[in-house]
Amino acid sequence: MDWAQLWEIASAPDNVPIVALIVLVPFYSWYGLRQSLANDRLIAQLETDPQMAKTHHRKTQPWRPGWEREVHVWPYLLRIEFLAAIIVTFILMVWSIALNAPLEEPANPTLTMNPSKAPWYFLGLQEMLVYFDPWMAGVVLPSLILVGLMAIPYMDANPLGNGYYTYKQRKFAIWAFCFGFLILWLSMVVIGTFIRGPGWIWFWPGQTWDHNRVVFEANRDLPDIFGITSALGKGIFGGIVTLLYTAVTAIAFHKVLTWNDFNRKIYQRMTLVQYLTLQFFIITMMSLPVKMIARLAFRIKYVWITPWFNI
Amino acid sequence: MPEDLKDQNGSKKGLTALLEEVKSEVKVLKEKGVEEAKSLQDPEKTQLYKSIFRVKHDDKPRSRALGVLSNVFLHLHPAKINRDAVAYNYTWGMGGISFYLFVVLTFTGTLLMFYYHPSKVQAFRDILYLEHDVPFGKLLRNMHRWAAHLMIITVWLHMFRVFLTGSYKKPREFNWVVGVILMLLTMLLSFTGYLLPDDQLGFWAVTVGTNMARATPLLGHEGPFGPELGMTAYNDVRFGLLGGSIVDSNALLRAYIWHCIAIPLIASVFMAVHFWRVRKDGGISGPSPMMLASEIKEERKL
Ligand code: HEM
Repeated sequence: MDWAQLWEIASAPDNVPIVALIVLVPFYSWYGLRQSLANDRLIAQLETDPQMAKTHHRKTQPWRPGWEREVHVWPYLLRIEFLAAIIVTFILMVWSIALNAPLEEPANPTLTMNPSKAPWYFLGLQEMLVYFDPWMAGVVLPSLILVGLMAIPYMDANPLGNGYYTYKQRKFAIWAFCFGFLILWLSMVVIGTFIRGPGWIWFWPGQTWDHNRVVFEANRDLPDIFGITSALGKGIFGGIVTLLYTAVTAIAFHKVLTWNDFNRKIYQRMTLVQYLTLQFFIITMMSLPVKMIARLAFRIKYVWITPWFNI
Repeated sequence: MPEDLKDQNGSKKGLTALLEEVKSEVKVLKEKGVEEAKSLQDPEKTQLYKSIFRVKHDDKPRSRALGVLSNVFLHLHPAKINRDAVAYNYTWGMGGISFYLFVVLTFTGTLLMFYYHPSKVQAFRDILYLEHDVPFGKLLRNMHRWAAHLMIITVWLHMFRVFLTGSYKKPREFNWVVGVILMLLTMLLSFTGYLLPDDQLGFWAVTVGTNMARATPLLGHEGPFGPELGMTAYNDVRFGLLGGSIVDSNALLRAYIWHCIAIPLIASVFMAVHFWRVRKDGGISGPSPMMLASEIKEERKL
């Protein structure tokens, strides 16, 4: 265990935000989940007790008759904003006095940095480069992430959970978002920071970053495993496998969407366009973990090889 | 008064009379002054105060409401808001903190611009100068850097909160879209700033980043169908981003202009829209009363 190496990475000033992230994200996930579960308990109560559902104010926040529904922004909100500004300024001051922004040698195109890393918030994209070619990892997938995010409100046909924390009423939406945000995006930022060393080689935390290490892992393409050698054969075979993946994922996802009565009810509300868009983005999103497993566990580089692009 | 004096032919008596007169005048002035000084104990009654604030500062509901509504900085807020929405546990304050960090970054960034030249000869030296000679220069640079990192974190957490509370649902769909654009702009702001110190870190990060643009389908010279469409290293998107085929002085200048002028302006416009829409969509979404599955209404079919 090379603690010095681990400390060197964790204490690099530019990595401090990631250390903060590792603390803040689990905290806020817990914080949100706690409120969701509290609300869910109340929802369960209201569902079994129609009389209560009629009279209850339907929030977990305390409520007494006679309390005003609204409060003045000045001072009840402004004082919080003012306090927040002071706290943030204080944190920034301490942080800026304690840690210096990094400054390396002057830019030198003839001296490559190794590892040469993107800023931490783009490490997810750089990590995707391991599993996809640059046109996919650097251009197509980031664009699809953005468009997919923007499409969320238009794909989500579930009217419940509008303006309050809940898990029970939005299980699928929450799982899908957390999978994308926490598992795919944030964990790749963490992998990119703590695990990827010189040559973008996988070093477990605590393993020394050996600049001379070379990994001799022969990556194979899927058609090779099946002994397909002709270019045309590879193109057709890859196309079929990709289609197969799409079909299997689509069917599995359809099963999720029609899993129980509630899911079916929401599914009924979806338009065809909503359904197809959602399918498209789920299939695209799931291709990342599938390719990660193919690569990390089976050393498979490409599935589909054509003269113009490889996937 | 001087006319009166002349009549007396400048006698001593005239002088005393003059003295008396001055004394009484001074007394009146003094009384006036004391009175005015007393009135300053209540500055809210002064013309200056009234001209600036226009509203009485007391705890009458009307004054409280007007105090917010008649102030250009505060009028982004409504006068009153849902009592549960002010609790920290609903919004986590992340949107507001993101905005505050944007303000901090604008302020520190403007100060940094006084010392920075976006040229290959000067840029790196300017950073050294900032760190070692400019009073508080190091603190300034550090604050700008860390506030930028922090803003990315708070924007992500803000998005996470908005998702968990389902606040993107009707009628706030479009504000979520504006938010996604703001998130992209925040990350681009950070990224363009990374190159400006002109050191190894920024140079290689931007090299790695823009190399991906080579592979843009159709528009990059190494991307699918790029070469077929006549793309070379000298006319593709990457060339357009960098102002050249390598990360050099043109790229530095372009990053500088995007970072200091273009993206902040665009982001400000989107923020204005974002805040406007929060209000127009009916204020902050909750915590709102919970809806039960049995209450879902049939969707009206087109
Ligand atoms: C520069 C970045 C951003 C700033 C300064 C900002 C600021 C704010 C502020 C001050 C609010 C009021 C409530 C709150 O503080 O939570 C708000 C609400 C909102 N934001 Fe943002 N935001 C940003 C980015 C985003 C992003 C990335 C998204 C989503 C993808 C988003 C979506 C929304 C939505 C839907 C609301 C309404 C929430 C509600 O009514 O509960 N914003 N934003």
